[in-house]
Amino acid sequence: MKKVSPQEAIVSLNDGAVVMIGGFMSNGTPEILIDALIEKGVKNLTVIANDGGTPDTGIGRLIKTGAVCRLIASHIGLNPLIGQLMNEGKMEVQLVPQGTLAEQIRAGGAGLGGVLTPTGLGTEIQEGKEVVEVDGEKYLLEKPLKAAFALLRASIADEKGNLYYKATTRNFNPLMATAAETVIAAAEEIVAIGGIMPEAVATPGIFVDYLVGGEPYVS
Amino acid sequence: MSVKERIARRVAKELHDGNVVNLGIGMPTMVADYIPKGVTIHLQSENGILGMGPVPDADTYDANIVNAGGKPVTVEQGACYFDSSFSFAVIRGGHVDVTVLGALQVDRHGSLASHIIPGKMVPGMGGAMDLVTGSKKVIIAMTHVAKGGSAKILNNISLPATAIEKVNLIVTELAVIEVTSEGLLLKEIAVDTTVEEVIAKTGAPLIQPETVGRF
Repeated sequence: MKKVSPQEAIVSLNDGAVVMIGGFMSNGTPEILIDALIEKGVKNLTVIANDGGTPDTGIGRLIKTGAVCRLIASHIGLNPLIGQLMNEGKMEVQLVPQGTLAEQIRAGGAGLGGVLTPTGLGTEIQEGKEVVEVDGEKYLLEKPLKAAFALLRASIADEKGNLYYKATTRNFNPLMATAAETVIAAAEEIVAIGGIMPEAVATPGIFVDYLVGGEPYVS
Repeated sequence: MSVKERIARRVAKELHDGNVVNLGIGMPTMVADYIPKGVTIHLQSENGILGMGPVPDADTYDANIVNAGGKPVTVEQGACYFDSSFSFAVIRGGHVDVTVLGALQVDRHGSLASHIIPGKMVPGMGGAMDLVTGSKKVIIAMTHVAKGGSAKILNNISLPATAIEKVNLIVTELAVIEVTSEGLLLKEIAVDTTVEEVIAKTGAPLIQPETVGRF
């Protein structure tokens, strides 16, 4: 784990990268890393996230600058720009049920070949997917999701990269930490080793490659 | 009392002490304001809360705590937080007793459409597909007809399905309708309507028991 600046953290994150970004309606999204991506001017990103943020927060800011060509998410309703870009053919959006998305990312990080879920049976979500019957019950086979990068937001990190997330900022962050080749975490506060109770660590430091301080506090 | 308040108040009567409940964004959220005295429920929020409380005062909230609509919320004493995978283990695993959500269409088989109008409204399903698939009881809280007066309760949904045959109860400002294996059972009608009006505004046959209750 290396402690770096936001610019250093994303130095190898270039055009066309597949990036998971933590957060739920921007709650738990690393704004400081979004700033760095916008500043660098990366293009054609594929973003995997719960949602598309809002026009002025989180992933929405990245979308507004035209950095995202493909979004895999469960919800885009809070960001009208996404629908507009879809209609103009400037952005491809793949909508996935939220629980399925979470499990696909978990499977990607947990060495699983996919998950079997009843969610989406008989709906458009089923199209092109294998239906597997287990003990008389039908399930959809959903394949694992992985990414080159995961951008996480922690409330507190320690010098080993152990991460603690306050309240609902946890959401997809711990899952994404396991499913990407390079994991970058931005924290509000970085404390000495031992400064986070072991029981409170939701992402072990071994998953974090780069740690960035200075993520704005939420009040 | 507004249409929404009336629906929310009637839905609240379906909740029992100790239930784990997920309320959808919008009108279903209002159900929490009408929980009967002596009934304690545990509100689940799919972004990772069990024990969600009311919306906070504008000047005292903690922005680390939001609901599934991304808006600030509070938590009850004894609440807990978890990640999205665990949250959907709670939901999909059958640990939510009741989920309440809105819908664009519901049909006599209990299939519902709530997440997309192709070419018009494409917000995404969020957690709705998992919620209606995994919850023990699914209650649809919605206005009886669409703006313009077209029926939302139909023989077969025409919009893309959110889930197939998962709805148990439909509560509107006019009626309470149970989805049974025989079809839609008219359980109650509102005090200011008639069975005839409800039938006229419903796009599927209703089974009428000998006595229809009032609410």
